[in-house]
Amino acid sequence: MNRVKEVVILSGKGGTGKTTLTASLSKIIPDKVIVDADVDAADLFILLEHTRKKSTKFRGKSVASIDKNKCIKCGECERQCRFDAIHKDSDGNFSVNFYKCDGCALCTYVCPVHAIQMNEEIVGDWYVSETAFGTMVHGHLIPGAENSGNLVTLLKHEAQLIAKEKGIKRIIVDGPPGIGCPVISSLSGATLALIVTEPTLSGIHDLDRILSICKQFRVEAKIVINKASINKENVEKIKQFALKNSIEIIGEIPFDRCVVENLSQKLTPIDTDNCKTVRKEIEKISQYISARF
Amino acid sequence: MWITVASGKGGTGKTTVAVSLALSVKNAMYVDADVEEPDGALFIKPVIKETFPYTEPIPKIHTDKCIFCGKCADACVYKAIAILKPIRKAMFFPELCHSCGLCAYVCPVKGAIEEVPKEKGKIRKGGKDSHKFMEGILNIGEASATPLIRGMKKYIPKDMDVIIDAPPGTSCPVVESVEDSDFVLLVTEPTPFGLNDLELAVQIVRKMKLPFGIVVNKHEKNNNLVRTYANKEGIDILAEIPFSKEIAEAYSRGIPVVNVIPNGKELFANIFRKIKERLNE
Repeated sequence: MNRVKEVVILSGKGGTGKTTLTASLSKIIPDKVIVDADVDAADLFILLEHTRKKSTKFRGKSVASIDKNKCIKCGECERQCRFDAIHKDSDGNFSVNFYKCDGCALCTYVCPVHAIQMNEEIVGDWYVSETAFGTMVHGHLIPGAENSGNLVTLLKHEAQLIAKEKGIKRIIVDGPPGIGCPVISSLSGATLALIVTEPTLSGIHDLDRILSICKQFRVEAKIVINKASINKENVEKIKQFALKNSIEIIGEIPFDRCVVENLSQKLTPIDTDNCKTVRKEIEKISQYISARF
Repeated sequence: MWITVASGKGGTGKTTVAVSLALSVKNAMYVDADVEEPDGALFIKPVIKETFPYTEPIPKIHTDKCIFCGKCADACVYKAIAILKPIRKAMFFPELCHSCGLCAYVCPVKGAIEEVPKEKGKIRKGGKDSHKFMEGILNIGEASATPLIRGMKKYIPKDMDVIIDAPPGTSCPVVESVEDSDFVLLVTEPTPFGLNDLELAVQIVRKMKLPFGIVVNKHEKNNNLVRTYANKEGIDILAEIPFSKEIAEAYSRGIPVVNVIPNGKELFANIFRKIKERLNE
């Protein structure tokens, strides 16, 4: 069965405006399922009023636990652990650091008295919610937990099922920052990566790296320049960079205080009349995406 | 003393604060642990003296010795190895491998699985005037930043004043950046996003039992969102950096906030002094 088209909003650098743009696009573009794939710091729900319809526990990695009654304190597990996750605690017992344990289970093999076993941990929750603008699939991880890539894959899979069942045309995904595992999971199977950048040296540096990832995973990329009026010179640099790499820039959103003012009230720039220039540009981007994806 | 600058939410100003703090402390070292998108160098403009690859061991299966018993594939929780017994074929998927070494450990045949180094990223070291600089750069396509951060920390001197610039988010790479620090500085902005992610970051540092404080960036007069939260939770706000287009514009050109605002050096040296005092209490 064919995949429903997925438009993923990414940036590399954090704080360029992914979530604000995603929420705004979600309110304009019709016929979609919305996914918040930034499960480390999920914020989309703040801008989209919603009612939770379904809540599920997310089981992530397994974590080792040492039975101190069986343990003979030989220290072999500590020596062999590549993740520096096992140490003697203040009572002289060997214990496992939940955050550092990678779940590989090597310690269970090296333990001569079989005192270690792996337990699957619940590391988060995920939800299916209804908003006035369509179904939203989102989740959150317990801070410090890993496996966000797996949760992203799960959220996107659920969104695909919902879209197919209801005959919905597209999925809009608010992606995480960075270029690591959750970003790779967000990109996997996507139709379009919409890269939100800003005309700062950091923005440009990170744009280059996120585009390399898109290329590596063969996902078509388009650029939106946010806060464009902050530095015109850097906007030119981004344009030349895009031209050289044959990537289309589909929007230039000016910097306007109204965006932050609206966000403080949990509103997007398109919710009010004080943000007209920003709103106009976002409408243009929405039309572009609706027409093609 | 090691101070890690973290935030939860991206783009709140971790890097500009971390760089500014490092530049305001004599002989301090700045470490960029945001290895997925390291941007600190754009602000510090260091002279790089040394670049070396960071590697992790991955298995190399020698098919001339392998008996295709499948023990390695059964043991690997990451499903990075597949053994096709009937056709005597061994497959390895490096992007799934976490370099735990279990496959080599369970292999019954000596020399069938050899662990060989694979480059995950680069570490660059250098300095600027009296300040030392180090950054990690994760290779494009590598899934996990955590091993590189862990590896990089081995090169940080214990007896130096060190400012570690953490990645955004609240997952493993952040925990790795924060672990072993003496103090965590959480940079936030007074928006509902900033506050939501600050609360998540606070949960982590509390669980890790580390002392911490808040710097509010892009602070606006009459916005008490973060203050109200900090008061309620009994968390110190060590500084408030005002919102201004001038700071944002300078940032866009790679100028850290310390060099833009009046008395910048004093403001950041003050943050450092407050942290030191608090740790000596």
